[in-house]
Amino acid sequence: MSAIEIPTGNAAPGRGGAAAVLAGTHRVRRHVPLTVVIPGAFLAIVILAAIFAPLVAPYGPTTGSISERLMAVGSPGHLLGTDGQGRDILSRLIWGARPTLLEGILPVVVAGVIGTVLGVVASLSGRKVHTLIMRTLDVLYSFPAVLLAIALAAALGAGVVNAIVALTIVLIAPIARVAETEVARMRSSDFMEAARASGASWPRIARRQVLPIIAPVLLVYCTALVGLAIVFAGGLSFLGLGIAPPHPEWGSMLNELDQDLYNQPVLALIPAAMIFVTSVAFNVLGDGLRDLLDIHSETVS
Amino acid sequence: MSIATRIHTPPDISDARLETPRPSRHRGSRPAPAPTEGTLKVEDLAVTFRSKRKAVEAVRGISFTVEAGKTLVLLGESGSGKSVSARAVMRLYSDAVTITGRATLGGVDLFDLDERAMQSLRGRDIALVPQDASGSLDPLRRVGSQIAEVLRRHEVEHGRKAARQRAADLLAQVGIPDPARAVRSYPHELSGGMRQRALIAIAIACEPKVLVADEPTTALDVTIQAQVLELFAQLQQDLGMGLLLVTHDVGVGRQMADRVAVMYAGRLVEEGPGATVLGESAHPYTAGLLRAVPTPETPRGQLQAIPGQPPAAGEAVDTGCSFAPRCVFAVDACRTERPDLVPVGTSHWAACPVVHGRVPVEVGSPPTKAEAS
Amino acid sequence: MTTPILLAEHLSKRFDNGVLAVDDVSLTVHPGETVGIVGESGCGKSTTGKLILRLLETDSGYVAFEGKNIGTMSGQRLQEVRKQLQLVPQNPQTSLNPRLTITEAIAFNLRAHRWPKRDIGPRTASLLDRVGVPSAYAHRYPHELSGGQLQRVAIARALSTDPKLIVCDEAVSALDKSVQAQVLNLLVELQRDLGIAYLFISHDLGVVEHLSDRVVVMYLGRIVEESAAGELWQRPAHPYTEALFSSVPGPGRQRLVLTGDLPSPAHPPSGCGFRTRCPMAIGACAEARPEAVAIAGDISHQAACIRIGEGVTAATRIGAA
Repeated sequence: MSAIEIPTGNAAPGRGGAAAVLAGTHRVRRHVPLTVVIPGAFLAIVILAAIFAPLVAPYGPTTGSISERLMAVGSPGHLLGTDGQGRDILSRLIWGARPTLLEGILPVVVAGVIGTVLGVVASLSGRKVHTLIMRTLDVLYSFPAVLLAIALAAALGAGVVNAIVALTIVLIAPIARVAETEVARMRSSDFMEAARASGASWPRIARRQVLPIIAPVLLVYCTALVGLAIVFAGGLSFLGLGIAPPHPEWGSMLNELDQDLYNQPVLALIPAAMIFVTSVAFNVLGDGLRDLLDIHSETVS
Repeated sequence: MSIATRIHTPPDISDARLETPRPSRHRGSRPAPAPTEGTLKVEDLAVTFRSKRKAVEAVRGISFTVEAGKTLVLLGESGSGKSVSARAVMRLYSDAVTITGRATLGGVDLFDLDERAMQSLRGRDIALVPQDASGSLDPLRRVGSQIAEVLRRHEVEHGRKAARQRAADLLAQVGIPDPARAVRSYPHELSGGMRQRALIAIAIACEPKVLVADEPTTALDVTIQAQVLELFAQLQQDLGMGLLLVTHDVGVGRQMADRVAVMYAGRLVEEGPGATVLGESAHPYTAGLLRAVPTPETPRGQLQAIPGQPPAAGEAVDTGCSFAPRCVFAVDACRTERPDLVPVGTSHWAACPVVHGRVPVEVGSPPTKAEAS
Repeated sequence: MTTPILLAEHLSKRFDNGVLAVDDVSLTVHPGETVGIVGESGCGKSTTGKLILRLLETDSGYVAFEGKNIGTMSGQRLQEVRKQLQLVPQNPQTSLNPRLTITEAIAFNLRAHRWPKRDIGPRTASLLDRVGVPSAYAHRYPHELSGGQLQRVAIARALSTDPKLIVCDEAVSALDKSVQAQVLNLLVELQRDLGIAYLFISHDLGVVEHLSDRVVVMYLGRIVEESAAGELWQRPAHPYTEALFSSVPGPGRQRLVLTGDLPSPAHPPSGCGFRTRCPMAIGACAEARPEAVAIAGDISHQAACIRIGEGVTAATRIGAA
């Protein structure tokens, strides 16, 4: 061994004049930023409430009587009032979180997997495959997302599953684009060349070299995308393309309460606020994750 | 500082991160006191970079002198603080950087001047040749125009035409072929070596008393490097300038230095005449450095490497000698008492009490082909 | 004479932008030997290394590893060759994936060659030990190690599959001089113990001379001179080689300083590429590309210059610099 152990303790960070650190060098920061803690806590509550709805919600999702309709916020027994059919809004909010969150999170997860695979394959393949994949995705991408979601959901018919499928299809293209861009950025870097020189197959390189680098970026992006998907899901269900009534969903609740806007305007704000706050929470969480994972986009010296 | 403002400062400021405070728009209305002669004397220079989290002591108290017409080579590896020292002397750092000590040029204390006064001195009496030509030349302006600007700013030339003519003369002086064409060229139209020469032309435009060259040849191919070093020597002779040459290359030091100051971890470890320091070193680090550079004579596998790695800027051990962790001669006292520079020969100092002024193994340069034949 | 482990014949590479980076280059490396390629920027040495590793496809000629043409191989066979033919790149900060620990980086190489899973861990640990990286750093990320340590990791990675030839592409150029010596010593040690051959590409003459058995000098995509290391140092035959040696900075010496710049590789001069800066150039130099000529009857020392044998060298021609 030609190196002598130097007893000075921890290693000095990379040296050699101005040490240029490749774009995307990540390290987890010591302290978790507030932008992760606060939305994280909030979303945890919402998700847990949705999962344990039977235990948490004061009433069933469809229980109610006309005699108790449109009671105001803060009425005894009904913290957030009742809707046009006398059903407790708070309970419906909790029960309605299930389909809404499902329609927000699941499409992103599924599209995330499909989109990443497509983006990575496109970026690492030859020109023909790349063009085929990316231009096909461009067709999808060229439609305004909301319209595409509505069109697909309408074509497939109402229902949670169809809404999820529609949103998944809509989200594949943007995710694939992000993945493709990230991979393109690192494609010509030295460690990729070294990986090629080692004789590894492309699938292996994709799995073991590329993925660890793009995963954090995609995680951040997809987290924010959930925020968007929740709004879309709300929109779809507002139009009646989500779960069938009388089952609650935030978007359809908005629709129902909207009809009584002149009687009890405040009530309609509640599901709207819920959609809004939940969406923002996911967005902020995305930002927070970016900070937490310390993702740089420039070369740092 | 807006881009527009930055372009109006002399193009010797290259580090965008540590910009100088907003420059004044007055052009020489209140010139700095002119240095009487060309000796640059630096005493107890210390430079600390402050960021939100910590303070980095890049230079920890060094002193050196660049005599008129002579070359002092500031030699060191990365993290040694050599570039920082040179730039600090020229006050190229912003207020986020704490600089203490004294730097006098021909009687004028550079650290005592206000920014306006320093600006008129910079480029006129002391000039910088930076390392990276591509970062230092404005890509949107013709080369001649950039030289002419320096001339007019320091009122060496007044008319546009006169300034442009002088720019062409300067380009010729630095050995650029077809100077008339080069004057009209943009930086990207010139090769790397030519750009470096253009930078040198800008630096010598006002015939400064001291030229500070910060790794001027590191990015160049070796045959171009030889040309540029020869140019430096020639210009020094013609203009009688002092030259402060910052480098990590021992060979460059041997070739160019009248005197050498070796830096390690922000401090000077050895200082003396070039041939002596880089031939019969009195400090284990210098000696180690010389033995670590391979020559065709060195038997293979027997390069005497210095174990470990040089500390990053500001990260050296503070108690005892910074080099002790890597030093084969270190004794216990080395880790507790910081050694001062002590005289070890005629105007030759070294900061190593252990070696008593002489490192046992003599390090000579291999016979050159010319010497051998 | 042992059979060469690597035989490259008439390699050429012209890039899409029209630059002829490598122009009819032929090389031989014998087992356990170190062949150095030296030259300045644009000379094509790095591109030659990539052609040999088949990271780029050559426009002409072939590369034969252990007697078999690797240009026609694919799949399994090519992978087998890649096991034997590894790379240590220049910049250790960027040649290691920042998101992988150094152990994972080495393990990747082993997994790519289907090393038995249970052996991967111990082998990685012993490799790190062999190159002198303390085991405490085994699960650290690249940004936590210094340049010298990272380059050792890069060497460990190259060593992992027991290669017969390692291409070192400016492998020590990004390191501090004091650290460079450590890595050079390590390379020599490994060669001594494991019999690996090196193709050592560098612009640093001192390093190349020190490390190599044979040296090849390149200029503008062509080989201008090649010989045994010591011979080249003592009796350089080509004016460019003389200038190169003479340019290495050092105390006052007879310096052969070239005039002018390196010509752009996109527009090389006709005939001999060096003639625009050559102190010995004559009219005939522009007419045709000079053939390689044996120096003083020694076939192992060749230089491509039409004025060899006239008893004129660049140094005598130019006199004092």
